Amino acid sequence: MTTTLTPSLSARLTVEAFLHDYMLTIDSDRLEDWHTFFEEDGTYNVTTRENMELGLPLNLMSCEGHGMFKDRIVALRTANIFEPHVYCHIPGALRVTSIKGDLVESESSFTIVRTTNGGDMDVFICGRTHDTVRLGKDGPKLKNRTVILDSRQIDTLLVIPV
Amino acid sequence: MATQLAAQDAPFTWPSQDTSRVPYRVYTDPEIYALEQARLFQGPTWNFLGLDVEIPEPGDYKTTFVGDAPIIMLRTMDGQINALMNRCQHKGSLLCYKPRGNVRELTCVYHNWTYNLDGELTGVAFRKGVGGKGGVGPEFEMHDHNLVRLRVDVYRGLIFGTFSEETPPFTDYIGAELTASIDRVFIKPLKVLGYHSQMLPNNWKLYAENNKDSYHASLLHVFHNTFGVVRPNMGGGIKLSANGWHHLSYTERTPPNDDATGTEKVRSLKEQYKLNDASVMEHRLELGDLVTNSIQTIFPNLVVQQILNALAVRQLIPRGVDRSELIWTVLGFADDTPDMLALRLKANNLVGPAGFISMEDGCVGGFVQRAAKANPDDQTVMPMGGSGIEPSAGSRVTESAVRGFWKGWRDCMKI
Repeated sequence: MTTTLTPSLSARLTVEAFLHDYMLTIDSDRLEDWHTFFEEDGTYNVTTRENMELGLPLNLMSCEGHGMFKDRIVALRTANIFEPHVYCHIPGALRVTSIKGDLVESESSFTIVRTTNGGDMDVFICGRTHDTVRLGKDGPKLKNRTVILDSRQIDTLLVIPV
Repeated sequence: MATQLAAQDAPFTWPSQDTSRVPYRVYTDPEIYALEQARLFQGPTWNFLGLDVEIPEPGDYKTTFVGDAPIIMLRTMDGQINALMNRCQHKGSLLCYKPRGNVRELTCVYHNWTYNLDGELTGVAFRKGVGGKGGVGPEFEMHDHNLVRLRVDVYRGLIFGTFSEETPPFTDYIGAELTASIDRVFIKPLKVLGYHSQMLPNNWKLYAENNKDSYHASLLHVFHNTFGVVRPNMGGGIKLSANGWHHLSYTERTPPNDDATGTEKVRSLKEQYKLNDASVMEHRLELGDLVTNSIQTIFPNLVVQQILNALAVRQLIPRGVDRSELIWTVLGFADDTPDMLALRLKANNLVGPAGFISMEDGCVGGFVQRAAKANPDDQTVMPMGGSGIEPSAGSRVTESAVRGFWKGWRDCMKI
């Protein structure tokens, strides 16, 4: 017996699997692949709930185009100094908010548990992401990912992308 | 207990004549932390509270802290800026428990005691009791229970508060030369572009020192060297207030090699680590000089930052002996064009908790803090540039401004 998915359910499953792949890629330290999840001119922003609610444009981290994504990772590998640590993304609820042509907009919540080399573990950040994914012929790619952190406070520093 | 010390007593004796040696205990001792609240943060210092553009309308308020003390800064109905202790005189509850808002009076949620925007107690619920029973006694005087009010000085839109009657006017406090450095940056009406905060795993003084420490900039922040941000031909120096408490460290392009009017693309020193997208380093000269980086500290809790076109004020708040919070208020000018705003937002990738050239300041204080616990009478050593507290015209390879910080600390702490 075969089941036919509705287009919206199919889009949802595709986006969900894609975002899970994104999170696992970061959690497994394959950061050199980070930019490949974005379109060539894709954009990425990390901001806070406070800035969003006040209508303020500042980001903690922003990238526009593959060059800036790659520079973030080259700096992380070669220049920036920080205590080694890894993320465990815990994905939460996801909903598709719009489907227009091949563009799917979704909203999802997440938590990240951070573990340092020395073994310290903490709930590092949580919040929501707004993702605009293009379901193109080369597979899904992010046109934009906006991460909205619930807290304005970053413990120590933010270097690994969310 | 700090409270058992007489006004002039010191909990320990400073181990040397100058401030080129600092004992580790100053970072870890709760007694010293408690004494800092009374003698330094509530002593003869101007503490940064916020910006006047954050409370533009009558009745607007914003909450903040001076040391451990919770503070409300607000604009009264006639436009004056006040700073009040955010603590009801009855049972000590916070009066304003939201970060910002607009009010006509201050009402405590706990028992409904009410204050006007000058901090005067105007209402006590059931003051005369109910049906002739209960209420306050005959000796109760409303005017004995006004909120603690700080003195306020507003300079170029920066709001400062002090608990002490001794603190001189703000411009005298930092001196003419460093006042001119504030004037240099705050040339036009400001616009807040956003906020973030960085929780630092270290005593507040380790971050305060870090900002005065021009020696570390190109050593810790390897991005500078790797991507050629600070180049050997750059000029700059250190300015210090006469008492050593406040400082300015700056870097400038050296004409005529640089294009003084246009946008500079920074060359990479190591070709293999060339930035793919150098636009993050674009700089439009806008302050009438060739200065690319300027970090100014105002003792004890403010940093004024210009890094290329990334403008910000950073407010340092102690959160216990081994923790502190750094609140970044990122700024532009009210008349920024969309292009200029975009340039500032991109440049902010350099600074903040995720900044290419600033994130290390978040972890390095923690590295010191973790090591400082052992042998608290051992000392750090700061020999760069001698042992004195002098400005440095040609070189930033000096620790004189850090020694100046410790002079300010000792002056306030009477240690």
